[in-house]
Amino acid sequence: MGGIHPKENKLSAGMKIQAATIPQQAIIPLGHYLGGPSLPVVAQGDQVKVGQIIGKASGFVSANVHASVSGIVAKIDDHVDASGYKVPHVFIDVKGDEWLDTIDRSPEIIRECKLTPAEIIKKVSDSGIVGLGGATFPTHVKLSPPPGKTAEVLIINAVECEPYLTCDHQLMLEKAEEILVGVSILMKAIGVNRAVMGIENNKKDAIEIMQKLAMTFQGIQIMPLKVQYPQGGEKQLIDATIGRQVPSGTLPIEVGAVVQNVGTTFAIYEAVQKNKPLFERILTITGKSMKNHGNYRARLGTPLANIVEQAGGVPEDTGKIVAGGPMMGRALSSLEVCVAKGTSGVLFIPTLESARKKMKNCMRCAKCVVACPMGLEPYLLMNQSERGMWTEMEGDRIMDCIECGCCAFSCPSNRPLLDHVRYGKTTVGKILRNRHAKK
Amino acid sequence: MNILIISILTLALIGIFSAIILFLVSKKFKVFEDSRVAEVESALPAVNCGGCGFPGCRGFAMACVNAETLEGLVCTVGGLKTMERVAGILGKVPGSFHPTVAVVRCGGNCDVRPQNNQYDGVKTCAITHNLYGGHTGCSYGCLGFGDCQVSCKFDAIHINPMTRLPEVDEEKCTSCNACVKACPKAIIELRRKGLQSHRIYVNCVNKDKGEKIIESCSVACTGCERCIKECAFDAITFSNNLACIDAAKCTLCRKCVEVCPTHAIVELNFPARRVRKETGEKIIDPVI
Repeated sequence: MGGIHPKENKLSAGMKIQAATIPQQAIIPLGHYLGGPSLPVVAQGDQVKVGQIIGKASGFVSANVHASVSGIVAKIDDHVDASGYKVPHVFIDVKGDEWLDTIDRSPEIIRECKLTPAEIIKKVSDSGIVGLGGATFPTHVKLSPPPGKTAEVLIINAVECEPYLTCDHQLMLEKAEEILVGVSILMKAIGVNRAVMGIENNKKDAIEIMQKLAMTFQGIQIMPLKVQYPQGGEKQLIDATIGRQVPSGTLPIEVGAVVQNVGTTFAIYEAVQKNKPLFERILTITGKSMKNHGNYRARLGTPLANIVEQAGGVPEDTGKIVAGGPMMGRALSSLEVCVAKGTSGVLFIPTLESARKKMKNCMRCAKCVVACPMGLEPYLLMNQSERGMWTEMEGDRIMDCIECGCCAFSCPSNRPLLDHVRYGKTTVGKILRNRHAKK
Repeated sequence: MNILIISILTLALIGIFSAIILFLVSKKFKVFEDSRVAEVESALPAVNCGGCGFPGCRGFAMACVNAETLEGLVCTVGGLKTMERVAGILGKVPGSFHPTVAVVRCGGNCDVRPQNNQYDGVKTCAITHNLYGGHTGCSYGCLGFGDCQVSCKFDAIHINPMTRLPEVDEEKCTSCNACVKACPKAIIELRRKGLQSHRIYVNCVNKDKGEKIIESCSVACTGCERCIKECAFDAITFSNNLACIDAAKCTLCRKCVEVCPTHAIVELNFPARRVRKETGEKIIDPVI
């Protein structure tokens, strides 16, 4: 249902993953987009090594945070994050690059995993792994289905439907075997014997490599998919791969599916087989006027300005800097923001393309209704949001919105549908949480 | 002839029967209404602003009639005069009343709070606040899109195009609380009007700590606590790196205004300060 076909613009496709230089001071965020913030377990002046835990999960839906550099904790203070608000960060002055002894840094690939499912989930939880697709939902929560529900199939999200981004694509080219080992570990953890990896047809080379390697693993199917945005959305991917529709207001486990991002799968491989917690990630630095766009492996807490400088600096004609892809990413207000677990890329959009066009009246063409992958009526929701009709919005399934931006993209009148719908979703979400708390 | 009598009788019977039913129903479902409610309501301003905390003027009138004392019940629009009239109708004593007025606690105009990014999304405060921290380095400050102006029923708050900050018209403001609710940054507060409208308050809501916030706004409260040491009346409290002046305790001595290094504490409607000619020293006239 729905969907759009924006220009792919995968400029940095096929570019080798380079290591971003380690900054002089790493500023590691303790908060997450979803779930509770982590509580710091180090204090000012403490010596830390790479991989050492510095933030402990504050609840079940939260994740540990590990030091990405070695050195001395300078302070624990507020620092601006991608949203422009200040949240607690741990500042570490870098000294050398000393890793914990427990981390296996040898390049060889370990295929066999002898751990029990419970041990795997414990390891994933201890290693602070969250969904690296962008939503940063703690992975151990997804791997522990609620009582009464069982998983039947594991779906690996290697779609990367966002234009410009190529980090997952490149990871598949370079670390195919590790990813597949990660998939088999995940299959063991949730007790399924079937896994489907969905890859869009614009990544032919990745499909080829994966298909060749998947023969040597049991139960892993590589499924080429047609190119469409937002196919990487959880519910859209389940529909595309196994043809099941997740009912409104429920989780994918309702139809027996567990979805994991391909980047997350690689992180799980490293955590389980190499004992390496999540402290670095791959991100795409790209833009039409960018000099050295490419895929970088950066330690968490590296200021974006550092990586951008390595990639040739901010292009002169930049109008907007976006963290993430052009569709769902957030426009940044400063480059002081540091690499977080959910930072999948930095995109520089030229001024000419970034400016919003003049808004005109809605002519009821229903293009937004056609484009909406969740079957909502964005034009109606925008009107309701403007008038504060929260009860009606709740009835019109506002909470199903995945904020993919297809409505605003397809609107010929340039109406800011997503802005209003997102505001409505936040407000209705608050009302629902209050109601839930009262009960 | 016969037909005529029959029809008259039938109609009369139907009429009597209906009258009996109507009488019984009106007895059975009679709603007792205190006639004073309507009387009190007519004494109220009838703007239904909800500033008193009740749903409209009628709701407030009912609350007044049902309450034992009028303590705590105040029509913010009508003020003391209206409450005296209401008390007269009900034969009660009007409760204590301190007139309040909306106060915008952000002094970050374009000169002192530099813009570090440009926002081109939907121009309402609520949506901007939902999206990100704002167009300046201070994520607590006023966004300047005027949700407060839209919410005001009395045309009492306006965005000044020069400063991009809202300004309250004290004559028109009825402290109905609408702008307080509309502001997503919780900058606006209802404050006691004070003697002759003299007011001293901390003109900032920034909860960040340290000197660094001066970079994003030069009139921000840095949490240096100098005002607290200066205040002899314990009127200033300190929480979340922010000073707060309790209007009930403040004696309007203006000493805190003098010591604030960033001029985050402001005085309003005071007469200009006299300067001693010989020494050039400022003289602070105590108001009380």
